[in-house]
Amino acid sequence: MYDMIILGGGPAGLTAALYGGRAAYKVLLLEPGAFGGKIASAAWVDNYPGFHKGIEGAELGQLLAQHAERFGVEAKKLKVEKIDLAGSVKKVIASGKEYLAKTVIIATGTPGTLPRALGAEGEEEFMGRGVSYCATCDAPFFKNKDVVVIGGGDEAMREALHLSRFARKVTIVHRQKQFQAAPKLLQKAEAEPKIEFMLETAVKKFEGQQLLEKVMIEDLKTKRQQELEAQGAFISVGRLPDTEFLEGLEKDEKGYIITNENMETSIPGVFAAGDVRRKSLRQVVTAAADGAIAATMAIKYLEKL
Amino acid sequence: MEGKPLEIGDADFNREVLEAEGPVLVDFWAPWCGPCKMVAPVVEELAKEFAGKVKVVKVNVDENTDSPSRYSVMSIPTLILFKDGQALETMVGFKPKDELADKIKAHL
Ligand SMILES: Cc1cc2nc3c(=O)[nH]c(=O)nc-3n(C[C@H](O)[C@H](O)[C@H](O)COP(=O)(O)OP(=O)(O)OC[C@H]3O[C@@H](n4cnc5c(N)ncnc54)[C@H](O)[C@@H]3O)c2cc1C
Repeated sequence: MYDMIILGGGPAGLTAALYGGRAAYKVLLLEPGAFGGKIASAAWVDNYPGFHKGIEGAELGQLLAQHAERFGVEAKKLKVEKIDLAGSVKKVIASGKEYLAKTVIIATGTPGTLPRALGAEGEEEFMGRGVSYCATCDAPFFKNKDVVVIGGGDEAMREALHLSRFARKVTIVHRQKQFQAAPKLLQKAEAEPKIEFMLETAVKKFEGQQLLEKVMIEDLKTKRQQELEAQGAFISVGRLPDTEFLEGLEKDEKGYIITNENMETSIPGVFAAGDVRRKSLRQVVTAAADGAIAATMAIKYLEKL
Repeated sequence: MEGKPLEIGDADFNREVLEAEGPVLVDFWAPWCGPCKMVAPVVEELAKEFAGKVKVVKVNVDENTDSPSRYSVMSIPTLILFKDGQALETMVGFKPKDELADKIKAHL
């Protein structure tokens, strides 16, 4: 049994770990990726106090990790899939294994970074073989090919515009009667001769031999189905709040966890810190501050047990 | 095999991957791809963890188009594990390090 399990090894989680470890509590930090979180992908950080000459994001991330390590924090490279916070002993499930703790600090970063799946037949099968969730990443693989973009928001328009620089033809397929994208973006897409539009149309199935060849679509008014030739399908139907797995906690409509100024969530013994919580400034310095407060309040909670 | 990913191109692909001895993990990436940046440090850690057992190489798909198209890479990041010239496992998108490590261990 751990005193404290921390979800996420970004600036908030690492600072919480440093405070917990330094106070000699038994701390477990769970992080599936590299330590440092999002700041590791920032080229240069110019506004973290003390580093008056600025510092590379990757280096700051490593220094934060080394700082927590110095105080004996145990870390595992695992992604938390589920938590059960109901009882006084909290259960954290990562890679199918259960870890028990008296307190939990959630520091998993901004929700809404994972693309939402469409849920159509063949979607998973053709992922990486034509089905993609990132036009910026994959557009160059579709030079002179026919592609579809599924969705009707700002991101779908941006993806379609980006793809139109590579693909032969881009068809935007959307379920609704009209697009939700901002008028300016929509106008830009409409002015692009390579882009075509299909409204009130749903994607039913992705088909092909090895690679994607066709997309089965259905006209939602007439219920008529039709095959659309496409070597690429870019799904842009919103982003998943990655906090969906954090059941039972009070969140706002975007999936941010609601805390008070002591980083306490709606469940006793469970704290949230950093970008994952509802707040007005998302930076390293505020993430670190949240982590320090969360760990300190968790220690207060432990002392009362 | 010194525990660090080796940057290679199409011209070295045969020698460094297909004709190499033992398993080779290839990371297909590009500078303009956000999720690739998330995978890069994980790939570096895998190179360290499997130093001497698995060779880890990186192919920039922006500069090299032959090898990605030969293996039908249409989405990046894609990691492919090769052994004796055969592609054994293809992993598309960001995956936690332990999941990748398990896949590699299965072929050691
Ligand atoms: C390109 C870029 C540049 C930036 N530049 C600056 C800057 O110059 N100055 C500045 O102050 N801020 C900057 N920021 C913002 C700063 O990076 C964030 O505010 C800060 O990293 C937030 O820290 P965090 O610990 O709350 O979350 P994150 O850094 O997002 O870390 C969250 C961690 O949780 C992990 N995680 C997610 N889900 C799970 C799960 N289920 N189980 C376990 N772990 C999980 C993630 O892998 C991640 O490592 C920048 C951000 C970006 C993207």
